[in-house]
Amino acid sequence: MNGADTAFVLISAALVMLMTPALAFFYGGMVRVKSALNMLMMSFISLGIVSVLWVLFGYSLAFGDDIGAGLLGDLGHVGFKGITPETLTGGKEGIPVLAFALFQLMFAVITPALMSGALADRVKFSAWSLFITLWVTVVYFPVAHWVWQEDGWLFKLKVIDFAGGTAVHINAGIGALAAVLVVGKRVGFKKDPMRPHSLPLVMLGAGLLWFGWFGFNAGSALAANGVAANMAMNTQVATGAAMLGWLAYERVRHGAFTTLGAASGAVAGLVAITPSGAAVNAFGAILIGLVAGAVCSWAVSWKFRLGFDDSLDVVGVHLVGGVIGTLLVGLLATGGVGGLTQLGRQAAGAFSVMAYSFAVSWLLAKLVDKTVGFRASEDDEVSGIDQAFHAETAYDFSAVGGAPASRSGHQTPAQHLTKKVDA
Amino acid sequence: MKLITAIIKTHQFDAVKAALQAFGVRGLTVTEASGYGRQRGHTEVYRGAEYTIDLVPKIRIEVLAEDADTDDIVDVVVKTARTGKIGDGKVWVVPVETVVRVRTDERGPDAL
Repeated sequence: MNGADTAFVLISAALVMLMTPALAFFYGGMVRVKSALNMLMMSFISLGIVSVLWVLFGYSLAFGDDIGAGLLGDLGHVGFKGITPETLTGGKEGIPVLAFALFQLMFAVITPALMSGALADRVKFSAWSLFITLWVTVVYFPVAHWVWQEDGWLFKLKVIDFAGGTAVHINAGIGALAAVLVVGKRVGFKKDPMRPHSLPLVMLGAGLLWFGWFGFNAGSALAANGVAANMAMNTQVATGAAMLGWLAYERVRHGAFTTLGAASGAVAGLVAITPSGAAVNAFGAILIGLVAGAVCSWAVSWKFRLGFDDSLDVVGVHLVGGVIGTLLVGLLATGGVGGLTQLGRQAAGAFSVMAYSFAVSWLLAKLVDKTVGFRASEDDEVSGIDQAFHAETAYDFSAVGGAPASRSGHQTPAQHLTKKVDA
Repeated sequence: MKLITAIIKTHQFDAVKAALQAFGVRGLTVTEASGYGRQRGHTEVYRGAEYTIDLVPKIRIEVLAEDADTDDIVDVVVKTARTGKIGDGKVWVVPVETVVRVRTDERGPDAL
């Protein structure tokens, strides 16, 4: 067993785990006060659901032995069957399979969570939980198999997806679009103001995402080596460049350098460098970042023109950023890999994942909608989904009211006073 | 007796409060308020989506005064709240029928 690599992958897994709560804050700050908790929970619940599914059958479907056509893993490792702490990847110098499985689990957790931003404010929490249960099973686990398992058909096609441009970001971005088209617009879309309730939370989330992304990207080398170092460096510079790209576009187009723009640009850069970072040098990374920042900034305005309500721009940031990174690596890859042939492979990978994920995500969203109903009632949506589905509110702004509900053995101050007077 | 109500810029509040104290006003009530005058509000941009923010945060000060002091108090507020820039606010005066001090049941000018 390689101890250094094992330590690096275990630490990277922990870093990637942090990205899901970070994402929850990134999204949570962008919604209105009345749905802040629901937004946090829609991301956070993925840590519960997907962790369990991963052990039951997720790991096996994604990284089990191929069933033949490069489309899916078999059920040989259901319940981690045959995997002990001593089982290693790739012979004596490998790392424990459990370390690899834990690292990959974190990717499976964050991918459906990424989609939650598109459906902010308006879906039933139970329906969302059902949707992501189905979605990881039918969409994520197979696509991860295509891209990362050595018998997967996109792996064999030599599509470069180092850390998840296709399997994670394109997959989540297009899946979110499909779900949005089924669920529909928020009440008051384009009419009511829906400005972010806390940009500091957005900034905190973006910062923690950036931090965790070092595990996501560099950890994907699965070894403490130069590839990981290159990826870590590129993650940093591409993200910085993307922030500048977004802000520059925004300054020209809207006249201000906004906080939300800086946070969004950083995330767009992180997305774009994910598939490509290991195959380019630092200059290529800066170029990818600048392009991703500016183009994603432009892309988010399209939802208003096209009239679909992707609440927090999952399509504009993750789908567009993922496609930019996935295609640019075809051109910018160093070491004789880049070129038009590779660009063709990258396009094949990107568009096959888009087609599959869009179609299946749409069907799953329809299935959820026709059976349990995806959408919250208009009443619940308008009065606030936090109270309706979580029996909580994020903030207590008022000194008046808010007294605890009366329960046996628990009196409100007013009741206490009344009893005293009566006596 | 009169009720003097002043809507002023939030950052002028400390100066106005100090001036009123120096003048001898013994009590006032302050509320965070929001609204707009002729200048309307401002525009904010979030990922390219522009929001017109109509309501601007202001401070509302209420002072109960005897008739004789009213004009002077209004002058104190106006002089200290004025910056000369748009959005300095408004002051108005309305008659008050009676005032009661809750603790002692004093009425009229005694309750001020």
